[in-house]
Amino acid sequence: MIIAALAGCRREERDLRLAPPVAAALDRIALMANRIGGTPPPSLAALGHPYETNAYQLNQGKHLYAWFNCTGCHAAGGGNIGPALIDGWWRYGPDATSIVATIRDGRPDGMPAFADKLTTEQIWQLAGYVRSMGADSARSAAPSRDDDLQSRPAENRAPAAAQGTPRASW
Amino acid sequence: MVTGGRRPFGALGNIAPTMLCAGCSGWQSALEPHGPQASDLHRLFWLFVVVAVIVWLLVMAVLAGAILRPRRETPASRGGSERRATILVAGASVATVLVLIGLAVASYRFTPGLNGAGNDAIVIRVRGYQWWWEVTYVGTTPDREFTTANEIHVPVGRPVTIQLAAVDVIHSFWVPNLAGKQDLIPGRDTELELTAAQAGRYRGQCAEFCGLQHAHMALLVVAQPPDEFEAWRAAQLAEAMPPSDAEQDAGARIVASKACVGCHEIRGTVAAGKLGPDLTHVASRSFIAAGLLPTTRGSLAAWIADPQTIKPGNNMPMVPLASDELRAVSAYLAALR
Repeated sequence: MIIAALAGCRREERDLRLAPPVAAALDRIALMANRIGGTPPPSLAALGHPYETNAYQLNQGKHLYAWFNCTGCHAAGGGNIGPALIDGWWRYGPDATSIVATIRDGRPDGMPAFADKLTTEQIWQLAGYVRSMGADSARSAAPSRDDDLQSRPAENRAPAAAQGTPRASW
Repeated sequence: MVTGGRRPFGALGNIAPTMLCAGCSGWQSALEPHGPQASDLHRLFWLFVVVAVIVWLLVMAVLAGAILRPRRETPASRGGSERRATILVAGASVATVLVLIGLAVASYRFTPGLNGAGNDAIVIRVRGYQWWWEVTYVGTTPDREFTTANEIHVPVGRPVTIQLAAVDVIHSFWVPNLAGKQDLIPGRDTELELTAAQAGRYRGQCAEFCGLQHAHMALLVVAQPPDEFEAWRAAQLAEAMPPSDAEQDAGARIVASKACVGCHEIRGTVAAGKLGPDLTHVASRSFIAAGLLPTTRGSLAAWIADPQTIKPGNNMPMVPLASDELRAVSAYLAALR
């Protein structure tokens, strides 16, 4: 019981300050030739994949999703001008490395590059949140709930796709 | 008057109130009102203190009387004392009700100035963020409107309407020398009236716990003579000053090419972010990071170099900069007067 409770602490830990060398290491993703898929930075595993398992990091990602107007094209994940993010169909790869590359460098036909608008840490936070949006099973770590009207069930109540209204044509 | 020599605690008795009251005066004190709203509340505060002290002394006197009174109870006297006790309790209950009604009426009578400013009031929109204040001077036309942060300038003697809104969590606007507290609640706009009677600098603080850095969410109200205020407003309305030397120019280029522009606005440049404080005239403000550090080139550089060590948990990320880049950026920002 105590061990279970202590294990839960890790997902609430707030690592507020990513050391600059670690941030630089996280920026070194090795992409495949077609820039889809690749090797995540080794330091990510050493950190314990915080951007997908830590509630604070996921929550920062959720903030960034709203602040940097991801909603403008992707809506709340269902997609609008841009593709849906919760239907399990990824044009440029489903893994975190690909999504980081998508956010950092942009993609053809509309996705802008955010390399000069966001720090490496923020891009990983955002990628972690984007991956959690479309999760097909519930996770133990989740960002805080929406304050405004909910367009879909909370992030920890996966599967998201079954409950959202994704566009199948993308 | 007994001297301290004869009474060992005499000196302490003189010092203690002085020390206590040292915290009561100054640029952030409800006991030193500098405006009609704060004066109303100040009078009301002392009325409540005096009434409460009198009531407390009476209760203590009755209690002491009851404890010290010798018990001489005989069967014959019991009926009489019970009647007396009933009268006493009923009398005390009636007195309590009267005192409470009296204080309620007084609090309405004393504070008419808290609501309703005149038509010539200056309207300032204040939005609370974790953990800083966005301040927008509402203009009659869009070109008379500008946004700043953490520092509010008001002309002396003119009523000011402060429209309050919160972006993330509940905050509370409190400038004790000028007015009472008013909460900023997400999704529910509120208003506060204040008038500064004297020129001066008054400190305010968030008065509703709002997260990790609640204690570092201060604001400054600068009350100025009307002509000085108009000069300040005209200066704030202007676009940012262009860089005046090579180092500042390099700084401006770095700001424009890094993550700074994602969140901050510097009017007249490509920086047009709306998530962080407006930096158009950042060096004209006395403090950065919501009252945490005085605005100097050094503190600006320290803040940019590592915001999470200075104010852990705030939303400004550490943007990696080389040392010469940091020097250039701090030179540019320190020149944005």
